[in-house]
Amino acid sequence: MKQQGNHKRAVRRTLTLAVASASVVGLASVAQAQQTLNIVSWGGAYSMSQDRAYHQPWTEKTGDEIVNIDRSANALAGLRAQSQAGNVTWDLVDMLPADAMIACAEGLIEPLDHDELLADAPDGTPPSEDFVDGALGECFVASIVYSNIVAFNSEMFPEDKQPSTIEDVFDLENYPGQRALMRRPINNLEWALIADGVDRDDVYDMLETEEGIQRAFDKLDTIKDNVIWWEEGAQPPQLLADKEVAFASAYNGRIFDAMVSEDQPFEIIWDAQVFELDGWVVPTGKLDKVRDYLYFATDTQRLADQAQYISYGPARLSSSEYVSTHAETGIEMEPHMPTYGPNFETAIQKDDEFWADYSDELSQRFDAWLAQ
Amino acid sequence: MSESPASPLTTADGVPLKVSLRRAVRRSKIKAFLLVSPLLLFLVVAFVMPIFDMLWRSVDNPEVSAGLTRTVEALEGWDRQSLPDEHVFSALAEDLQEGQEARNLGLLSSRLNYEQSGMRSAITRTARGLRTMEPPYKEALIDAHARWGEVDTWKLIEREASPLTLSYYLMALDRRLTPDGEIVRAPENQRIHVNLFWRTFWMSAVITGLTLVLGYPIAFLLSNLPLRHSNLLMILVLLPFWTSLLVRTTTWIAILQSQGVLNDVMVAVGVIADEARWQMIHNKTGTIVAMTHILLPFMILPLYSVMKTIPPSYMRAARSLGGRPFLCFRRVYFPLTIPGIAAGGILVFILSIGYYITPALVGGQSGRFITNYIAYHMQTSLNWGLAAAIASILLFVVIIFYLVFNRLIGVDKVKLG
Repeated sequence: MKQQGNHKRAVRRTLTLAVASASVVGLASVAQAQQTLNIVSWGGAYSMSQDRAYHQPWTEKTGDEIVNIDRSANALAGLRAQSQAGNVTWDLVDMLPADAMIACAEGLIEPLDHDELLADAPDGTPPSEDFVDGALGECFVASIVYSNIVAFNSEMFPEDKQPSTIEDVFDLENYPGQRALMRRPINNLEWALIADGVDRDDVYDMLETEEGIQRAFDKLDTIKDNVIWWEEGAQPPQLLADKEVAFASAYNGRIFDAMVSEDQPFEIIWDAQVFELDGWVVPTGKLDKVRDYLYFATDTQRLADQAQYISYGPARLSSSEYVSTHAETGIEMEPHMPTYGPNFETAIQKDDEFWADYSDELSQRFDAWLAQ
Repeated sequence: MSESPASPLTTADGVPLKVSLRRAVRRSKIKAFLLVSPLLLFLVVAFVMPIFDMLWRSVDNPEVSAGLTRTVEALEGWDRQSLPDEHVFSALAEDLQEGQEARNLGLLSSRLNYEQSGMRSAITRTARGLRTMEPPYKEALIDAHARWGEVDTWKLIEREASPLTLSYYLMALDRRLTPDGEIVRAPENQRIHVNLFWRTFWMSAVITGLTLVLGYPIAFLLSNLPLRHSNLLMILVLLPFWTSLLVRTTTWIAILQSQGVLNDVMVAVGVIADEARWQMIHNKTGTIVAMTHILLPFMILPLYSVMKTIPPSYMRAARSLGGRPFLCFRRVYFPLTIPGIAAGGILVFILSIGYYITPALVGGQSGRFITNYIAYHMQTSLNWGLAAAIASILLFVVIIFYLVFNRLIGVDKVKLG
């Protein structure tokens, strides 16, 4: 499959060369249309799904070459550095909405007129009504809904005693073993409070009080000695596969990918999943270059296509009826989506505004807590 | 007999010898300078300028004075006791309005948020609501966000309006300024950097000590074996030295992790039970083991180069004068190797203070170095001022170590390889 792609690309490159040389004789317009787009994303299974669903069809259609750059984890720092150096080389960036808010306020990315820039749904619904709540920010277009979950390696627990709730993650007595959690306060504090009995609607209100923060840290204290802290999205599936840990917090798509592509015995605990959006921002000055691509990559069909490769829900309402089965294994995708009914029952939406306000303070406190 | 002393020596074409010599010296100086100038230029551009940029960034404080020009001006003459007057508030409203349109409130709100959490939302929320606000702004702004009704907020703005700030250095040392300008220690649950500095220095010292203990006998063996054998041994030292740092680090992960080679062997042999596998990585042990291995050649090579020059006859002479082996070693051999120990020691110590990839990969939480926080503040928290302050402190410490070393041992005694 991949080789075939490479082959095709080689043929295309030869053709491009031929066209380019022909252009000297007078076919300039053909060669001119082709360009290179530098697209920044998260790497791994996620970039692969984008490559299959958007990049390859786009290259086929226009001949543009697309360069994948795996820098989204530090995209805000990268954008700021490039813009200070006066040389922005990224054309389109995949980012979290909270980062997009900051980048937008700093003028690093373009404000977007969604109805003008994006495709209508097949039935003619304008984009501003077709995207899910919160998917369209001042400078931001979401493409997926993903979720932060805790997964476990089912071989690490006896068959009659598999964990199923977020409380179990904090229960060392009944569910022993190491845990891998993301080395940031985000998600961990929310889960700690829920495991401590706080109602999920009250989580962020609690975290605005000193008492609530203390309670969350106290709960995390109970498992602190059994935690390995990860920083890259690729680490948790690896740690679970190596049986280094029994539980790992992770992005749900990575766990899905390990489960179906590598046949790993992982299970997802959907209880108290923290879901959020992820999508595109356009660095300042790049809008004209990526306008057509952005229109193409966010239309109903493309978003539905992406869901054939990874279990992230499309951010467009009209895409959901086109979501079908996994492209390689043919398994039904819907039950693996964060937004699937039974999975979604106890879901929490990540509060971007809360984290924009408190992330500096809580990160420092979290680091200090870790270092103690 | 002799020529008159008044007539100076000249060259064949009549130029005084002194002038001619000066010319020749100058010419060769210029030539030498031209030869090194590419390197000099490279050093200035790639080394000196970034360091000055970093030092500058650690005290630079342009955000508030640039983002709130009118407000800062209006605050002049404020009594610092009660809330400022309406004209300050309307200046703030104007500043925020302008910032919102130019989309440059981001840096300002981040800067103030470092000092006082919640300032980010105070600014962004207020700016968003400004369009519908009407004078008098004092009430309107306090309505929009309670922060504007606190005297401390205004004290903060006034203080951070100065173009230079010490607050990054204070943050790096777990201290902060109160609204009234006193320096106090940060609340205990937010102190982090000082401990990390100590841990970095302490662990670097342990690693230096371990490389010395392990490297000394190897260097001794290398310098005393016949060439045929010592060359083979040398290759064994150099081969890992040439292998990628990342490869060696990840190999240690494969060896030491709880499902790793070493634990598997111990379980198979029956030394430990399957459930009681040792946690040897993602903690201090991991960092110390991996870094000792990686830095070992930097200790062995300087030691070897010094030991190679010690004539074996010294030890023989000492023995023939009746010294016991240990005494001979202590009184004769060891003192002669001190320059090598010093060179290896300072090399390994300074290198390990700056190590970053290895502690990040195998250090877990307890084996992290302060350098990992520099990376964190550069890439994740985006507090570049704080990263610059931490890096500057590290730079000062290395310079101090170097000066002390130079005073005690002398840099000219250092020989590498």
